[in-house]
Amino acid sequence: MKNKLLTTLLSLFIILTAQAQADVEMADTMRSEGKIYVVVGIILIILIGLIVYLVLMDRKVSRLEKQLSDRQR
Amino acid sequence: MKNWVKILGICLLLYVHTAGLLAEVPRLNILNETVRALYFHVPMWFGMTFLFTMSVYYAVRYLRNPSPELDRKVLEYANVGTVFGILGIFTGMLWANYTWGSPWHGDPKQNGAAIALLVYLAYFVLRGSLDNQEQRARLSAVYNIFAFAAMIPLIFVIPRMTSSMHPGSGGNPGFNAYELDYRMRMVFYPAVAGWILIGLWITSLRIRLKTVEETIIDIEDEK
Repeated sequence: MKNKLLTTLLSLFIILTAQAQADVEMADTMRSEGKIYVVVGIILIILIGLIVYLVLMDRKVSRLEKQLSDRQR
Repeated sequence: MKNWVKILGICLLLYVHTAGLLAEVPRLNILNETVRALYFHVPMWFGMTFLFTMSVYYAVRYLRNPSPELDRKVLEYANVGTVFGILGIFTGMLWANYTWGSPWHGDPKQNGAAIALLVYLAYFVLRGSLDNQEQRARLSAVYNIFAFAAMIPLIFVIPRMTSSMHPGSGGNPGFNAYELDYRMRMVFYPAVAGWILIGLWITSLRIRLKTVEETIIDIEDEK
């Protein structure tokens, strides 16, 4: 009897919290329209661009180091 | 720095910036969709702390065994760490504006982080004010240790002893409910690792550049 009451209360609690969570406003429309991929795309372009820039700088510094060690010899 | 470490860092960041926006997150009141800012704002502070720890490590090594090479490392780790910290402050202000109501809320952690950054900015002022290279390296290494010793309680201890709106405050150590969510961990930990690796990469680049610069100055002096 006690167990049954506990299970009922627990399941009620779970249902209530699940409903409360669904009520929270999120960007669901944006996601369902697929426009979120536009945002992801733009962010990735900037990120990749900055990383390419970093790689180029890395290579430039390597070149400088080589030039300097060649001149020192 | 090995190439595969750089590639790992790049891959982690590409994953984080995709999954960070597309993966499921818990539905929470007030935070709503902005809970995703956690993936981008918090790794800045992890990165900063990591780089400052490296900086103080080299500062201690410099004081035990002085060399210009170690001094360059102390400087550049602090440099990149400060950049991470400034990005952390600004992302935090933007986030706070929408969830707490105003960009600067006088939150203990926010104030502590700002003070810690000012302490580190004074490190660069100290360096700039000394002409003798050896003296500059030694004094700033000592100051670096003090700055680190001030930063840790300002960011990690004091906010937890008072009530702060940041998670994990008011006596609860570690992460709170929404960070414990396993779905968020899957993105959050790679984000921290990715940004730390990229931070290390940028720092190594700056150290190499500084080495080249100082070698050229040495050659010019010999002439």
